[in-house]
Amino acid sequence: MSQVEEHQGTRRDFLYYATAGAGVVVTGAAVWPLVNQMNPSADVLALASIRVDISAVDPGTQLTVLWQGKPVFIRARTEEEIAEANAVDLASLPDGLSQNANLDPTADASDANRALSEDGVWLVQMGICTHLGCVPLGQAGDFNGWFCPCHGSHYDTAGRIRRGPAPRNLDIPVASFVDETTIQLG
Amino acid sequence: MAGIPHDHYEPKSNGEKWLYSRLPIVGLLYDTLMLPTPRNLNWMWIWGIVLVFTLVLQIITGIVLVMHYVPHVDMAFASVEHIMRDVNGGHMIRYFHQNGASLFFVAVYAHIFRSLYYGSYKAPREVTWIIGMLMYLLMMGTAFMGYVLPWGQMSFHGTAVITGLFGAIPFIGEGVQTWLLGASAVGQPALNRFFSLHYLMPFILLGLTIVHIWAFHTTGNNNPTGVEVRRTSKEDAAKDTLPFWPYFVIKDLFALAIILAVFVAIVGFMPNYLGHPDNYIPANALATPAHIVPEWYFLPFYAILRAFTADVWVVQIVQFLSFGIIDAKFFGVLAMFGAIAVMALAPWLDTSSVRSGKYRPMFKWWFWLLVVDFFVLMWVGARPAESPYDMISLVASTYWFAYFLVILPVLGVIEKPLTPPATIEEDYNAHYAPQSDSAPVVNPAE
Repeated sequence: MSQVEEHQGTRRDFLYYATAGAGVVVTGAAVWPLVNQMNPSADVLALASIRVDISAVDPGTQLTVLWQGKPVFIRARTEEEIAEANAVDLASLPDGLSQNANLDPTADASDANRALSEDGVWLVQMGICTHLGCVPLGQAGDFNGWFCPCHGSHYDTAGRIRRGPAPRNLDIPVASFVDETTIQLG
Repeated sequence: MAGIPHDHYEPKSNGEKWLYSRLPIVGLLYDTLMLPTPRNLNWMWIWGIVLVFTLVLQIITGIVLVMHYVPHVDMAFASVEHIMRDVNGGHMIRYFHQNGASLFFVAVYAHIFRSLYYGSYKAPREVTWIIGMLMYLLMMGTAFMGYVLPWGQMSFHGTAVITGLFGAIPFIGEGVQTWLLGASAVGQPALNRFFSLHYLMPFILLGLTIVHIWAFHTTGNNNPTGVEVRRTSKEDAAKDTLPFWPYFVIKDLFALAIILAVFVAIVGFMPNYLGHPDNYIPANALATPAHIVPEWYFLPFYAILRAFTADVWVVQIVQFLSFGIIDAKFFGVLAMFGAIAVMALAPWLDTSSVRSGKYRPMFKWWFWLLVVDFFVLMWVGARPAESPYDMISLVASTYWFAYFLVILPVLGVIEKPLTPPATIEEDYNAHYAPQSDSAPVVNPAE
């Protein structure tokens, strides 16, 4: 057997694969920071939760605050609005899920599962239409809730989609009462 | 460079020889400029020059605008107004840049449909076509990011909708969207990076332009007959061609002058005709404009995006077969990108042995229907998503896909094409008869 055949598939091949492998790893290690720098920076993430003073929000009015660059509707609902939301047959809703980040994802879209407070007065939800991300108008539409002017989605007084192209109820963010007049978002 | 046989550059003086043996750059430029070009090219072969001109126009005006623009959410809108009101001649520079985008797309659509009609995408020009499609995608990305920079209402909410498209990707969509925006919503990180990329991408386009030209200089230009230039000898090739300089350069510059006359009239007298007044309202995250409409050049694909709603049976079948992974929203995104992908695949979908649509009697009808379809999509893309526009956009989108996926492959089999002329010379002489019967064709290239 010749010497050439003896050496085939040994040291030279090993060096070839080792060099190529190291090259791939080094390239990946160099590219990853360049990709990762585009993810949210520390100061952006630091604003992940805010506290909102709601002492000035009277029943029948709405406070809109910016949280993580997105509008959040904080509404103190009237007795009629709560009653109207409770009167809806859940089976007739296009989206039967609560879409409430504070609850189990399978929770149904009953008004109690949508409202933040036990008495049903406080309703906190993202002010972003689930269709294409426009900001719906308050106290408008055919169901006295919210109406998105972009493509005509109607939401009811509990922020549930009732008619139009939007696929889901308005999302409810992680929120909780810090004290009687302060809500923490996130 | 391989290609049509012709006289190459020969360095003559000692100085030329000295440079040539060290860097043959003069020879490269000479051969590019003196390229043998089919002598029967018609007026649809001017758009390449218009596109190169517009790219340079956008780069120059863009570099100047950056000297005054501030990519910050609190100052971007004000800095654009500063350009419009305070910077010397700034309003004209900005209007040229803003309308230059429209000129760019007018030219690119004419260029693309020219290639679709005369079969320029077919072998051996597939690589030219694919590079062209990549450039078209890059152009759209560049135009979109540029539209974000003035930070008006349309900039802001348009960005939310367009990046939302990536959010529709199953499982990883939200992560991708956050990564693109650098936050959970449109804000400073998005504006900053779009500015950076908007500055970068035109230079990539410039590089791809050179590769695009390189590719078709290797294969030779297509022409209205679709018949190849004879390469049997230098003399035969010369009968089919004329050198690019001066014949085609002068013709192209004449066409460019006419197009620029119209362009400058638009810039001067109606600079905001193609824009949306809403973008002169500063961005406000708390209020969405009543009507979010993209710029006119995105409308056909925007219409395709919106056409496939959840009640379309194709969408329902796909949703069922994919176990709900591909919902209506993601289907729309796939359809929009798919509309460009099927166009890019045209070289392999078109089965006809005849290249130019001029000699394909059935193809012509389907082609012009595609042109009409394109304008219908553009029109319906600006209408609200309600009846009857939803039905129109669905039919028009379906035709777009049917043209590439069904009509092009089938036509090649069932159509009986006419016989194209044997040579370009024959076609040329049929239009421009030789001056006298005795003398052969006057051939300035020789």
